[in-house]
Amino acid sequence: MKEIRIHGRGGMGNVTAAELLAEAAFADGKHAQAFPFFGAERQGAPVVAFVRIDDRPIRVRQQVYAPDYLIVQDAGLLFNADVLEGLKPGGAVLVNTTLPGDVLPIGEGFKVYTVPALKVALEVIGRPIINVVMVGAFACATGLVRLEAVTEAIKVRFPGELGEKEALATIKACEQIGECG
Amino acid sequence: MRAILEGSKAVAEAVRLCRPNLVCAYPITPQTHIVEELSRMVAEGSLDAGFVLAESEFGAASVVLGGSAVGGRAYTATSSQGLLLMVEVIFNIAGLRLPVVMTCANRAVSAPINIWNDQQDSVSIRDSGWIQLYVEDNQEAVDTHIQAFRIAEELMIPVMVCMDGYVLTHTVEPVDLPEQEEVDRFLPPYRPKYRLDPDDPFTMGAMVGPEAYMETRYHLHMDMMEARSVIRRVAEEYAESFGRYHGGLVEAYDVEGADVVLVSMGSLLGTMREAVEELREEGLKVGLLKIRCFRPFPKEAIHDALKGVGVVGVIEKDVSLGLEGTLCSEMRAAFCGEESPEISSFVMGLGGRDITVEEIKQVARELAADPACRVEFRGLKEELLRGDEG
Repeated sequence: MKEIRIHGRGGMGNVTAAELLAEAAFADGKHAQAFPFFGAERQGAPVVAFVRIDDRPIRVRQQVYAPDYLIVQDAGLLFNADVLEGLKPGGAVLVNTTLPGDVLPIGEGFKVYTVPALKVALEVIGRPIINVVMVGAFACATGLVRLEAVTEAIKVRFPGELGEKEALATIKACEQIGECG
Repeated sequence: MRAILEGSKAVAEAVRLCRPNLVCAYPITPQTHIVEELSRMVAEGSLDAGFVLAESEFGAASVVLGGSAVGGRAYTATSSQGLLLMVEVIFNIAGLRLPVVMTCANRAVSAPINIWNDQQDSVSIRDSGWIQLYVEDNQEAVDTHIQAFRIAEELMIPVMVCMDGYVLTHTVEPVDLPEQEEVDRFLPPYRPKYRLDPDDPFTMGAMVGPEAYMETRYHLHMDMMEARSVIRRVAEEYAESFGRYHGGLVEAYDVEGADVVLVSMGSLLGTMREAVEELREEGLKVGLLKIRCFRPFPKEAIHDALKGVGVVGVIEKDVSLGLEGTLCSEMRAAFCGEESPEISSFVMGLGGRDITVEEIKQVARELAADPACRVEFRGLKEELLRGDEG
């Protein structure tokens, strides 16, 4: 089983990102579970959402304490020590940032992927819709789900022009992934 | 059709498949997504039902009471304070023998106000005369709602499907949704034995004095006892029709020869299955008993399932303040007049506190080491109990 924890701020679409990832994994023929950190969320407040992906049915419902992967939608949250808590040794972090991974406060022993998701979203979608871009970049960086499964999930959820642009943005994002560690 | 969707949406799909005539609710977290979805279905025309947004939960319960009394298939959903506000009507629905189906998206009760999950709300109204079924995952939520209408209408007793708020209602996971034709075959249209009709008037809910009240309550009690066989049979028939079975009244898992058996209701069972598997790998023989039907209470089924078991731990997300976990008390009652295992109460996860695999394993290990019957709250924060500043 692979466990993913998504960190962001209220309003960034963290829950939608988690759900899209689960939907993509399901389309790939896997079992998946997505759920928010159940709370009274407010715009701007740090929030988390969780995803589990496995080849067999998923029964466990505790929160994700030892993730294999982190998706960080706002690099500023990295300055909060909680974000990296429990990340498995050798685990991977995908960060929305224009900075290179080696200047981020992420410590040793983890794989770091960076993607300028905000920049790509503004260029391609014309709006600061980061979450879909991050999910697409996550697919490309980790290979845990197929990018095509992500773009399909996006188009189902956001039919029409918006979904098309978002799908295109994920493809553009995949060309701009930085890697270190 | 296999799909991946949020628990609330899965339940709304299941309710739609049951072709209710009336949906009435007042929105409350975490029930909201269920009724929002049903409201959307009615608005877009994919569900041919009356949808009433009531002015309160008291109103919502009253509207489904009326809708059911005139012969409609009526559905509502609520949580926590909403359920408590309904209570007067809840007792009436059962006493009037109206087969309403309700989803309780389980949530803690105030005060302090808390929107997160535990099961204090539905457990607190266990004596109202409603059948209560607790589901473990969203597939069981779908299947149990379809069974609920069958059970309710066959017995003329209302059914509450209890699903953990957020933990199930807000979780996206794969679910198999039955086809409409399959559900139609399983659940025929509702044909009430009696209903309010201006052309054929009769009185429903007349005042009954000491000369007959007690017999009325006795009838309801005996029918509730009888309901156990119906709940079991409907689950079996459902399995024949749809190929899925989640247990009738209870489900025993790895109980035979177990040193310790853990008992619970609802979504915690999933996490507990994981814990039991790990414990078995570590050499501790732990079994699991899932209580699917809490009312009527399946005494015999519990008794049979736990034959020969010496140590039992009941983990539950409710507490009868001043005593212990409610399910634990009732488990003990199941052994009245018989040799009983040591049955301990573990109150956990109140107000949304997460319960981990490790915590469950710890309960089992401690019971194996010391089986003496006890009552414990687990997962308390010592620093908060001491009242330390900062």
